[in-house]
Amino acid sequence: MMADHEPQVTALPDPMLVEPVTIKRVVWETDDTFTLLLDMSKRGEMFSFLPGQFNMLYVFGVGEVAISISSDSAKPRTLIHTIHRVGTVTSALAQLKRGDMIGVRGPFGTSWPVEAARRKDVCVVAGGIGLAPLRPVIYSMLRDRKKYGRIILLYGARSPLDLLYRVELEQWSREANLEVLVTVDRGDSSWKGYIGVVTTLFSYLKLDARATAAYVCGPETMMRYTIDELDRRGLPEDQIYVSMERNMKCAVGFCGHCQYGPDFICKDGSVFTLSRVRASLEKKEL
Amino acid sequence: MHTENLTDILQQHPFLQEISDKHMEILVGCASNAHFSEGDFLIHEGQMANKFFLIRTGRVALEIDVSPRGPLRIQTVGPGDVLGWSWLISPFRWHFSGCAVAEVRALALDGECLRNKCENDHDFGYEMLKRLAQVMERRVDATRMQLLDLYGMTPGVRP
Repeated sequence: MMADHEPQVTALPDPMLVEPVTIKRVVWETDDTFTLLLDMSKRGEMFSFLPGQFNMLYVFGVGEVAISISSDSAKPRTLIHTIHRVGTVTSALAQLKRGDMIGVRGPFGTSWPVEAARRKDVCVVAGGIGLAPLRPVIYSMLRDRKKYGRIILLYGARSPLDLLYRVELEQWSREANLEVLVTVDRGDSSWKGYIGVVTTLFSYLKLDARATAAYVCGPETMMRYTIDELDRRGLPEDQIYVSMERNMKCAVGFCGHCQYGPDFICKDGSVFTLSRVRASLEKKEL
Repeated sequence: MHTENLTDILQQHPFLQEISDKHMEILVGCASNAHFSEGDFLIHEGQMANKFFLIRTGRVALEIDVSPRGPLRIQTVGPGDVLGWSWLISPFRWHFSGCAVAEVRALALDGECLRNKCENDHDFGYEMLKRLAQVMERRVDATRMQLLDLYGMTPGVRP
């Protein structure tokens, strides 16, 4: 089944072909989350991707993992992935350092519909590491800032120490043309920002339901609560986009590991309109 | 120079949206403007809940004393939010403290004055309860979600 918005899986000469790539830099964002900057400058042709797409990263001799791209699509010489260390492959990735090589195949999946959102307000809602797949959207919209209405970023994390991209968040907060509200679940007396779950931030916003597109990425429960808030504010389902996550193996819809109702998340997603996946989202067993 | 009167200010607060003129008149009699600088406490855990606040600007951190660790910040309330419902519920004592983390402008409502008016006019009392119940429901939902510690999971990564 084809996805129902904007450009789809980029045509790759051989989607199963792994390309060796050198790690340019490793940046630890939090205790358990790190960012790999990959050197793509030596490729014959530039690596192109759309905001929201993901790559399969291969640690030689260990295994492969699907990770969203979190770099600026206009800067193809460096490919950036932010990774939460949780399993065997991500733990192996966490051991790597500058100069080491990994395998990359991609990009795969659908994208956030940045073109379709032109002239609209855009409300980006991210929870935890869900900010990583949304960062390319923010870069893209800021580059074409005049083509959008309000751009709002609502971001929630577990604690101030778990916030990703802190320098950029502060920079974005200072920019008059981007409304940034950040909240944490647990704060201490040094934290002067909001404390509470990300959905509480909606109390401080007035959204024009007809003219707003919402992009949501985070844990599924957080997305369900966020959808409730967006419903309450009258946003139509086809203006709400969510990024679904399941265990992906082949990334091209052959293996069936990431089947989600009638869709394969790797091929038909991972970005979907809410109208497309709402029924599946409401089924507990999926 | 145009000076907003209390009724105008109260009417602009989301908590009192579409409240009737009659009920607004009752509320105004118990309301006053309040201002707090960063670091000031609006309410103190354990003390009598004589007031509640409709926040207009700024941010208040709600804290619970967790001895011996000291105060734990559990939530913030901001513009458009309501701070406190203990004024309505016996034994009328605050269950947490509220510290301004940014300069706060608020409307302070005298809890005892309002309680008496709720007792004397049950229509007004029911209206207040309905509005506060909505606030409580949202806070309970948010607290439940906070307890789930959602971000321990991994949305951006397929392990």
